[in-house]
Amino acid sequence: MNMTDINSATVTAPARGQGEVILDLQNISLRFGGVKALTDISFNVREHEIRSIIGPNGAGKSSMLNVINGVYHPQEGRIHFRGEERRKMEPQVAAAQGIARTFQNIALFKGMSVLDNIMTGRNLKMKCNLFQHALFWGRAQKEEIEHRIKVEEVIDFLEIQGIRHTPVGRLPYGLQKRVELGRALAAEPELLLLDEPMAGMNVEEKQDMCRFILDVNDQFGTTIVLIEHDMGVVMDISDRVVVLDYGRKIGDGAPDEVKNNPDVIAAYLGTSH
Amino acid sequence: MFYRENGQFKASYVEDLRIFKVTQDRVAVLALVAIAVLLVPMLASDYLLRAVLIPFLILSLAAIGLNILVGYCGQISLGTGAFMAVGAYAAWNIGVRIPEVPLLVQILLGGLCATAVGVVFGIPSLRLRGLYLAVSTLAAQFFLDWAFLRIPALTNHSASGSVSVGTLSFFGLPLESAWQKYLFCLGFVVVFAVIAKNLVRTTTGRQWMAIRDMDIAAGVIGIRPAYAKLTAFAVSSFIVGVSGALWGFMHLGAWEPLAFSLDRSFQLLFMIIIGGLGSIVGSFFGAAFIVLLPIVLTNVPALFGLPLSVDTAVHLEHIIFGSLIVIFLIAEPHGLARLWSIGREKLRLWPFPY
Repeated sequence: MNMTDINSATVTAPARGQGEVILDLQNISLRFGGVKALTDISFNVREHEIRSIIGPNGAGKSSMLNVINGVYHPQEGRIHFRGEERRKMEPQVAAAQGIARTFQNIALFKGMSVLDNIMTGRNLKMKCNLFQHALFWGRAQKEEIEHRIKVEEVIDFLEIQGIRHTPVGRLPYGLQKRVELGRALAAEPELLLLDEPMAGMNVEEKQDMCRFILDVNDQFGTTIVLIEHDMGVVMDISDRVVVLDYGRKIGDGAPDEVKNNPDVIAAYLGTSH
Repeated sequence: MFYRENGQFKASYVEDLRIFKVTQDRVAVLALVAIAVLLVPMLASDYLLRAVLIPFLILSLAAIGLNILVGYCGQISLGTGAFMAVGAYAAWNIGVRIPEVPLLVQILLGGLCATAVGVVFGIPSLRLRGLYLAVSTLAAQFFLDWAFLRIPALTNHSASGSVSVGTLSFFGLPLESAWQKYLFCLGFVVVFAVIAKNLVRTTTGRQWMAIRDMDIAAGVIGIRPAYAKLTAFAVSSFIVGVSGALWGFMHLGAWEPLAFSLDRSFQLLFMIIIGGLGSIVGSFFGAAFIVLLPIVLTNVPALFGLPLSVDTAVHLEHIIFGSLIVIFLIAEPHGLARLWSIGREKLRLWPFPY
């Protein structure tokens, strides 16, 4: 993925929804003691698509993301990322392989400025050691500036130039969500996991966020897995949708298929008996 | 009126990455260092240097070290005094056993020993946090206090762990008079303050702060919590150990384990809380507050000619000192460093409203 000009990008990216499978989850089961969070779930994610996970509260959507980026370790099931089977893996390893994410409840570093937060997103790409940092001369300074330039591109992309030196704790909610997306983007991920990026936003902020998500997908070719409760948004921007309910998969397919799936309708609206 | 940034445009990232971004700040800091190096040794009295400035410098250094651990990485430590003791005793032991080692190397090696001990006692931080970690570092304090008192080998079999240093010299230059010791300490403080500032403004510091603010998110970004925490312990103990060696060699001259007791740990913790957690300049403010305020309080009644008995004066000093800390923490929990930055923001506009 390159952070390049909009005109030169996207040429070689495969058509959305028809790329290779880059993430394949097979028969994932996750238990916490006696509670079954996920039961026998299988689905895959294709390169360059926007894949949504929906479902009522407590369906296991966030647990699913936590399984993908190594925060939770499922008791059963296999995960293939880029063709390689993953064993039990720590989140740091997932990050090194190119999986970035945002959180449902904003997980920014509150005491740090917007710039520092986004710079932290690049930490895996920075190679200088502690002693070079201590002197901050030559290579360390050069590296800092190289990465600063990349981070400034992210800042420009998300249109948050005016707040780069503000501590994130002082920002309004919508901007914090945007900064969190920026921190994930700074890592130049192949797979971006977004956990309810539009929760608690008003219509305008949602529109902005949709635009950013679509632009990331278009310009950088990033594959996106999205959890969202706003059905209008999900149906508009997703290529394929997985529906979970009580930790089980009850639907999978294009938005239109899913919308008309009787199980999905039952889960969301209830059925008459 | 004079503290203005008008016309100071940053045209490159190098300029934006400076420690002091405003020209006036750079001038002021250079002037301050120049005064500290040139004028103070010439003008200050022996008492001022020995009893005020040298302790202030060394405790500032220790506070910087502790601030890296507590303020930047969020790992509470109550073992600072013990890590200072390790630095002091290790440097002393090296001097006694291998007299050829120059003083500078002795002190730095003392710091390295403190690093090793600090990392070992930092290992519980991988599992514990908050108050529980504080208690485990308290164990370091008690264990090391005991070790220097009871293990004769560590103090070259001297009675009750008390040791003293002989004549000091720095590459042939004598370190005897107060101003020489003062300059020696000042050099350490300036160098380590710059190093600490460099660390906290680059990736290393961002990793520490990320662990402090939200460790789960830090892990998801690819930061290894163990590495970040242990480097914080290592760097912090190194600086604290060096300051301990300076405290023993430059300030005390002769000491016993009591000089680095739990009281010292708490004193340093107060310094960084009052000065400002997560601020290098705050470490200086905190050290100044704790070192200078008792001296001011002792001298104020005399200035007004109040006939206080010595006992009453001491009690009063404790009462006022304690209540000032409490009032101060309620009024400004982010410490003197926050007041300082608010003041500077206001000064940028003064005398205009906006």
